[in-house]
Amino acid sequence: MEKEKKKDLIFSLAVIAFVFVAVVVLENILPRTSMLFTVLKKGSIYALVAVSMNLLNGFTGLFSLGQAGFMLLGAYTYAVFTIPVSQRAAVYQYFDGGIIQFSLPVFVAIILAGLVAAFFAYLIGLPVLKLKSDYLAIATLGFAEIIRALFQWDKLGGLTNGSNLLRRFPVFKSSVFPLAVSGICIAVIVMLINSTYGRAFKAIRDDEVAAEAMGINLAHHKRMAFTISSFFAGISGALLAMFQTTVQAAQFKSAMTYEILLIVVIGGIGSVSGSVISSFLFIACSEWWLRFLDNADTYIGAFHVPLLRPGFRKVVFSVVIMAIVLLYQRGIMGDSEISVAGIRKKLAARKAAAAEKKVSK
Amino acid sequence: MSRTVLEMNDITMQFGGVVAVNSFSMHVDQGEIVSLIGPNGAGKTTAFNVITGVYPPTNGNVFFNGEKIIENHPRGKMKKLYAGTGNGKYTEHLEPTPDMITKLGIARTFQNIRLWKSQSVFDNVLIAKHLRRTSNVFSATFRLNAAEEKRQREETAELLNILGLYDVRDNNCTSLPYGLQRRLEIARALATNPSLLLLDEPAAGMNPQETIDLTDFVGKIRDDFKLTVCMIEHHMDLVMNISDRIYVLNFGALISKGTPAEVQADPAVISAYLGEDE
Ligand SMILES: Nc1ncnc2c1ncn2[C@@H]1O[C@H](COP(=O)(O)OP(=O)(O)OP(=O)(O)O)[C@@H](O)[C@H]1O
Ligand SMILES: [Mg+2]
Repeated sequence: MEKEKKKDLIFSLAVIAFVFVAVVVLENILPRTSMLFTVLKKGSIYALVAVSMNLLNGFTGLFSLGQAGFMLLGAYTYAVFTIPVSQRAAVYQYFDGGIIQFSLPVFVAIILAGLVAAFFAYLIGLPVLKLKSDYLAIATLGFAEIIRALFQWDKLGGLTNGSNLLRRFPVFKSSVFPLAVSGICIAVIVMLINSTYGRAFKAIRDDEVAAEAMGINLAHHKRMAFTISSFFAGISGALLAMFQTTVQAAQFKSAMTYEILLIVVIGGIGSVSGSVISSFLFIACSEWWLRFLDNADTYIGAFHVPLLRPGFRKVVFSVVIMAIVLLYQRGIMGDSEISVAGIRKKLAARKAAAAEKKVSK
Repeated sequence: MSRTVLEMNDITMQFGGVVAVNSFSMHVDQGEIVSLIGPNGAGKTTAFNVITGVYPPTNGNVFFNGEKIIENHPRGKMKKLYAGTGNGKYTEHLEPTPDMITKLGIARTFQNIRLWKSQSVFDNVLIAKHLRRTSNVFSATFRLNAAEEKRQREETAELLNILGLYDVRDNNCTSLPYGLQRRLEIARALATNPSLLLLDEPAAGMNPQETIDLTDFVGKIRDDFKLTVCMIEHHMDLVMNISDRIYVLNFGALISKGTPAEVQADPAVISAYLGEDE
């Protein structure tokens, strides 16, 4: 048993190492502008925020729609604290160079981004988490909208630069960075889900009354799930800021939360691997694979393909999503996971079945 | 004289105008099996819900091991509506949540089985060990609590063994037959290390043989785990066989109490159950 666990771990690490090597190699072969890298970068950022949302919606049974708000907090925290002091006068040109006149190292700022988002979640958690299902969704959505408005408010311009862009903060060039940061964060979330606290979250999701009767403090655990989920949403916000190279509150609309919700639903509510797979597929479809549909001058031989025009991609994409939701009503993965141990067990079972067949012959 | 484990005084539970429990007092002593019986809608489950902190009572208090754990008196809208007796006798507000009650050592099962449906038999019991943890979320996530986790898993396996559920430990809990699901609910309650166990109709839906088995089983776990048991039951054979004492509720009010023989002979009980052939 222990030996197999060790083997699985080594195998998983080998797979991860292979992925990273492959990405590095591809980055040296393919042109920098290849859409593959956009998908890897944005996909890994969305994977993290989708998994953080799944922790709440899928594993704790709390239907929250505040994700964009917490990402905004993370993105701003990262940007505000990492713009080099020498650049602040130019960035905060309407606010006398802003009120913050120091900058933090990148990793410290990323963690701070998570902490700020978590702090806000902790504050609003107590009143908001008393609400049931739909009301919780509305309250968190409202919170995200308020945050967005607040960050565009001129009076806070010294900190947030009002409705102007924040820019010139350190960003990443290689896809390895977001992949690694998201990978580590998702691994931590998986470890949490498999711990005694994760089990308690699932108990709350399955039956709140029974969970409370078995000694699980609902308020405490819900708030914990909410805070942790927001921490990781904050980190993904910081990564998104780095990916986009600029930050503006107006981007973090509720439409963004719906996108993430869609990813979670398509991947499977309660499946981490589902959320990850569906993030990459979602980003690949919306940014890359369907691009050709936007090209109005597409010819097959002499035949001018009709319908194609800028924006048609979005129509097809919506149809694809509807088809997926109709075909896989519980998402691609349902609530199961892809894991090395699972694959090994399946292979072992297949082997055993094959052996049995031979014997019976 | 044995020690009193649970004591309820003048408990009234009103839902608006409905008086579900009316000035009900009872006590359960160490090691006893006490049954709560009464026709449908008599307020038995509601009494359990008050003891376990699901509803704060409208009036009255509850002691556990000599310590006051719950107390309330009519307030707000209830002040005008209040229909029970003992008004003005209680002055404190003590409204713990159910998890706090369970921490003190009172565990329960549910009349309409409430297992965690997506979880295996093993995990249903393991999760109930969560409240006795010493780890925090950080140490648990990063597996710094490996020793505790191992101990919890061993205790869970042992408990499943004792309750005869070890062989089905990896099955989803909903795949079990009804009788075993009820047994699993008892296992889960025991996993919280209670000293008082509240069973809400443990034999409901069971066939006669399963009911007989359950009778032995409840006595056995009482002895093995040094428990005190309070039980709601409709199967009269089971109740009469197993109970040290019985309380009879009708329309929320106590109509009789005593040993099985005394209760069976009480004309008030007979008339309350008239027409009911259980
Ligand atoms: N949450 C509630 N809100 C309003 N009325 C309630 C509530 N809970 C219970 N009641 C009412 O209280 C009364 C007693 O219900 P209770 O469930 O305690 O009965 P019971 O003795 O357990 O009956 P049964 O044998 O059917 O389980 C019923 O009239 C019920 O409708
Ligand atoms: Mg009942």
